[in-house]
Amino acid sequence: MADLRDLYQELILEHAKAPRNFRVLSAPASKAEGYNPLCGDRCSVYISMNEDVINEVAFQGSGCAISRASASMMTQALKGKTLEQADTLFRSFHNVVTGQGSDADKSQLGKLEVFSGISEFPARVKCATLAWHTVQAALHGNRESVTTE
Amino acid sequence: MSANAQLQRRPDESALWASQKAFDVERVRADFPILNERVHGRALVYLDNAATTQKPEAVIEAINHYYRHDNANIHRGVHLLSQRATDAYESARAAVQRFLNAQSSSEIVFVRGATEAINLVAQTYGRSHIVSGDEVLITAMEHHSNIVPWQILCEEKGAKLRVAPVNDRGELLLEKLEELLSSRTKIVSIAHVSNALGTVNPIRQIVRLAHSRGIPVIVDGAQAAPHLPIDVQDLDCDFYAFSGHKIYGPTGIGVLYGKAELLEEMPPFQGGGDMISSVTFEKTIYNKVPHKFEAGTPDISGVIGLGAAIAYIDNLGKASIAEHEDELLSYATAQLEKIPGIRLVGTAREKVGALSFVMEGVHPHDIGTILDQEGIAVRTGHHCAQPIMDRFGIPATVRASFGLYNTKAEIDSLAAGIEKVKEILV
Repeated sequence: MADLRDLYQELILEHAKAPRNFRVLSAPASKAEGYNPLCGDRCSVYISMNEDVINEVAFQGSGCAISRASASMMTQALKGKTLEQADTLFRSFHNVVTGQGSDADKSQLGKLEVFSGISEFPARVKCATLAWHTVQAALHGNRESVTTE
Repeated sequence: MSANAQLQRRPDESALWASQKAFDVERVRADFPILNERVHGRALVYLDNAATTQKPEAVIEAINHYYRHDNANIHRGVHLLSQRATDAYESARAAVQRFLNAQSSSEIVFVRGATEAINLVAQTYGRSHIVSGDEVLITAMEHHSNIVPWQILCEEKGAKLRVAPVNDRGELLLEKLEELLSSRTKIVSIAHVSNALGTVNPIRQIVRLAHSRGIPVIVDGAQAAPHLPIDVQDLDCDFYAFSGHKIYGPTGIGVLYGKAELLEEMPPFQGGGDMISSVTFEKTIYNKVPHKFEAGTPDISGVIGLGAAIAYIDNLGKASIAEHEDELLSYATAQLEKIPGIRLVGTAREKVGALSFVMEGVHPHDIGTILDQEGIAVRTGHHCAQPIMDRFGIPATVRASFGLYNTKAEIDSLAAGIEKVKEILV
């Protein structure tokens, strides 16, 4: 049986209560809006770049503990990554939270591995991936609002 | 008005009420096989009845019986099975007529659900009566299914959608609604009961206000039909829509009631078999109502299941059901108000069926997941009514909604579940 403690791990709760980089970047290189039509949650992501390296990621929006924590920890994880590294991390994260993660995927995640318990809660996977989908849109210049659907 | 208040004004219903045996919820629960399910190792506490209700054995068995013994197409064959299927289908129509107290069974059109019923009216009555500059009036508490069909119509015709506001309790501001009625208003479409808040709207008064200006009224009864006695002649509404699956019947079947004279003059919704009386390549003569609006082979088993659901409700007595559910709602309101950090959303004086709430510092989705682990099914989100969420400045709520098989013990489980949420997240 899935255990709630696997979902709501300490680190997740801590980030949900005090999300990092929860702000607007004044002159971002790119930004994107994400929307989860299932719950009405919205998320704005701002990125600044230093050459082709991600300098800073920030976010705003309303959402559940999972989506806030995921966005918060994502902003930390992406700092200093190249576009290519960010794409790889997104794929690994996506694979792990949807229960398809290989050992290689898991080894990529670092602290983000606390989200692996979400694969036991399929209804909540989209909460964890909203910010990531949004950052992908921002990095790849997709101006349309992205949705999790 | 509450279900009870409405009943007290109607002697026939009160007499019926008096003749009912005491409502025995444990016996009722035994009629619903799914209530024996265990969820995450716990007894199921199903409090998502506003989304869909569970089905009694009688409904499941009626559908089973139809497919095992009577399955044939209706209104066509000369053979015995076709006759049986047609009889079962049409007697369900008569059951719906009695359920709504419609004047004639020809005023009952079978559709897929309340959504399709509203779309049908928008696309037929609406398209043939609305022109550029006209207005359609709805309220701030409508479900998306009573917003979007009108937006589509208004966009096509260059008409305007107007919205009557609600107060902080989630009650319709009747005087504002009256101010919005003008010579440009061609349709008023309004929920009988709000799905997100549980507010009961004063339909009779609204119909009087609209009719005094010659404006027809469509009532979205999806959330009222399970809880309130419905009398379309008493309400004097022009159209009334509801869904079978919210009154313990199957999914995929619903009803549009329309006054005969309106249905007669409306153009058809879809073309096909059964809705015609003769077809040549030059000209088609449409069938009489309600068949004009039932193109193609309908959901025959769904209609039969709906008929069984109405028989089940009739047998328990709608008044007894309403009394039981009112008691549950009052009890749940009192229990939840006691919990610090919980705020009820929608505190109308006249409410039925549903209780929406938010918890300080905790998103509804997290509450929903934790309650689910306790075996408790609630709805979390915007309840397909985003504008009313915006009105209250929240993205979502938790909604507990009650059916005839719910118990006070289940509400105690909900309260205990909320304490568990606090333990984990606050």
